[in-house]
Amino acid sequence: MENMSRRKFLKLGGAAAVGLGAAVVTKTADAAQIGGSYQKDSARMQAKNWGMVIDMSKFSEESFNACVEACHSFHNVPNIDTKKDEVKWIWKQTYEQLFLDETHEHLSAKYKDQEFMTICNHCQEPVCVRVCPTKATFKNDQGVILMDMHRCIGCRNCMAACPYGARSFNFKDPRPYIEEINPTYPTRMKGVVEKCNFCAERLALGQLPLCVELSNGAITFGDIDDPQSGVSKLIAENFTLQRRANLGTKPKVYYIV
Amino acid sequence: MIEKALVKRSSKSYWAWIIFLLVLIAVGFAAYIYQMTQGFAVTGMSRDISWGMYIGHLTFFVGVAAGGVMIVLPYYLHNVKEFGRITVVGEFLAIPAVIMALLFVVVDIGSPMKLFNVYLYATPHSMLFWDSVVLPCYLLLNLVVGYSVLQAENKGVHYKKWVKFLALVSIPFAFSIHVVTAFLYSGLPSRHYFLTAMLPAKFLASAFATGPALIILICFLLKKLCGFDAGETAIKKLSTISAYAYTATLFMVGCEFFTAFYSNVPGHKAALQYLFFGLHGHNQFVPLMMVFVALAVVALCLMIPRQNRDNPITLGVGCACIFLTMYIEKGLTFIIGGLSETPFGEIASYHITVPELLIIVGVFAIGFLIASILFKLVVVVKKDRDVDAFPQEDRAGLAARLLAKGSDK
Amino acid sequence: MYKPRNIIIGVIAFLALIFFPVWSSLFTTGEAVGAEISLDTPMINAMENPKCVEDTEWMRANHMKLLADWKVEVVRNGNRIYVAEDGQKYLASLQNTCFECHSNYDEFCLKCHEYNNVSPTCWTCHVEPTVVEEGNK
Repeated sequence: MENMSRRKFLKLGGAAAVGLGAAVVTKTADAAQIGGSYQKDSARMQAKNWGMVIDMSKFSEESFNACVEACHSFHNVPNIDTKKDEVKWIWKQTYEQLFLDETHEHLSAKYKDQEFMTICNHCQEPVCVRVCPTKATFKNDQGVILMDMHRCIGCRNCMAACPYGARSFNFKDPRPYIEEINPTYPTRMKGVVEKCNFCAERLALGQLPLCVELSNGAITFGDIDDPQSGVSKLIAENFTLQRRANLGTKPKVYYIV
Repeated sequence: MIEKALVKRSSKSYWAWIIFLLVLIAVGFAAYIYQMTQGFAVTGMSRDISWGMYIGHLTFFVGVAAGGVMIVLPYYLHNVKEFGRITVVGEFLAIPAVIMALLFVVVDIGSPMKLFNVYLYATPHSMLFWDSVVLPCYLLLNLVVGYSVLQAENKGVHYKKWVKFLALVSIPFAFSIHVVTAFLYSGLPSRHYFLTAMLPAKFLASAFATGPALIILICFLLKKLCGFDAGETAIKKLSTISAYAYTATLFMVGCEFFTAFYSNVPGHKAALQYLFFGLHGHNQFVPLMMVFVALAVVALCLMIPRQNRDNPITLGVGCACIFLTMYIEKGLTFIIGGLSETPFGEIASYHITVPELLIIVGVFAIGFLIASILFKLVVVVKKDRDVDAFPQEDRAGLAARLLAKGSDK
Repeated sequence: MYKPRNIIIGVIAFLALIFFPVWSSLFTTGEAVGAEISLDTPMINAMENPKCVEDTEWMRANHMKLLADWKVEVVRNGNRIYVAEDGQKYLASLQNTCFECHSNYDEFCLKCHEYNNVSPTCWTCHVEPTVVEEGNK
């Protein structure tokens, strides 16, 4: 030790502190569980790969508005009316805006301006999942793209990556903009990203997504990997469109025009 | 050794400069606190343009940091002795540049208290994760190498072998930081302005133009302020590197124009139209891009002919033009241009806000502060050890000082 | 410059200062009084044998850890049912299960958190019953 200068000592100390810090960090990250055990609800809706077919010809203005209202109020989505900061899970967009690659300049205004329901496409090859640096956005065992709000750092890489504009960032504290807070569902904090979750909290307990229930039959929800499911049959029998199918994201929301 | 930077031969104007920077940092910090309490609504970013000025600056300063390698690589790999005196300038330039880049990430994070989730839940398929790996590594390498080299010089000995080894390791890291940063954008399927294999190459070329240009300007500044002479050949070599890299960058910008407008694919044209000509009535960046074009022409005229490069005045103006044009192209407009066309085919505009501006100024001030301290340190050490670097120095006075230094021990 | 006496005095003063909580307790009498939390809610009062998902003692020590596990299991793994050590099943949900009985956030959670000087970040998103009542007025 006699040869150890103060400088060397400090250097060694610093290295030791970094090592110790790393050890503590790794330990907290994979700490073991405590208490009892966990299981899925026996009533959970079963599917390998949830998908959705939206038949716009069957969708009335009334039931569409009911869907938006129900979704946003159940999920405590704030009603912020500036376009810059707005948060939305489900909304309307015209054909021309939604199907950028399937339109042309002479398309009749009748079709161009027809309004379509817009939500997260729960892609099979999701770009948002690929770019997320913390796995806050992930795909669950039923092919639903979910967000772990506890983990989201708000880097907004997923927003730049999403080809569908499905994601909203909480530019401000959302609570003052929620007319009536639903006590059974959390709100979000400012500084995290959010989007439609295919009502994962309802699927887990054996209920269909809210918009599906309120669409009066315009939305069919089911397993697109199962050829016998309602969605697969609709896709087989009708002409359907996907948004920006050329990007390879394999979106799972299909539209019957 | 670091204490030399703080106290030794510090003039009043040096302290005034430091205090001025500290004030700017305090203002920037206050603006950051405001942003954190109010949320990102106080910035110009929106649901459509979700990345803005912060990420643009991140990109630009990663480039500045990587640009330092244009001294390190020739010196350590090709034994270009002329760079020996200023390798430490290249390494020390990378330090504030990487710190600024990292700070621009931190101020862009919506929930910074959860920032370390990036390391806790390491995600190899995310480019942002790799950025957060290579940037701190490159910072550490430059700190260790730069400091060790200068420390050896301070002691009057040759730096150790492992320092050279680390300097060699830092070379691929310099490339990787900018390539990974380019991959952040060039891998996004729906953003046509980003989605090009040209991007990493363009970023590297522009970095190798901007870095040397900035080092030349810093050398000029050090000469004016402290009489430090980087050496004529070193400056000449740097200016040649910068001129070629700059021409290559502009060539690639031109290629983007050709591909977009000759192919006539609307998605490919949108960002360029929005930035350079205005699109759907949105033309806020057009004046800035005209400045870019004008300055780029000036820079080419000043940097390509050799006699202009050999003249310190035209060289200085040329380097300033290179720096400014790349700052406009990469730092101010690249990100916003790429995100300007929304997934619904509309154009979204971006208006920078005062808090955002103050935060950017604050991060700049932190970078300038670190750079000032580091370059002061370089000059102080060189004054004692590298007599040739100060041709105008009063030799008798220097000898007296060195003698006094000897008797200190 | 080097005066051992001063250094020893300094070290002693430093140790005395940092061990203040230890030695000061020697001079205080009586036992520490914990936070007084209330279990007076309609749901708990209606229970014959009031019991949380696990034993009270265990919950007191481990509820934060248990909730952290719930958070991961529910959100990331889709396991919404918690099977307690006694085999009883519960929906793993802070808002839908915990608050069903502990509907008095201010008198239960908050009091103890304040006493222990902890500020869990749960409440930036998870809505406690008082917020719902006030916000929805």
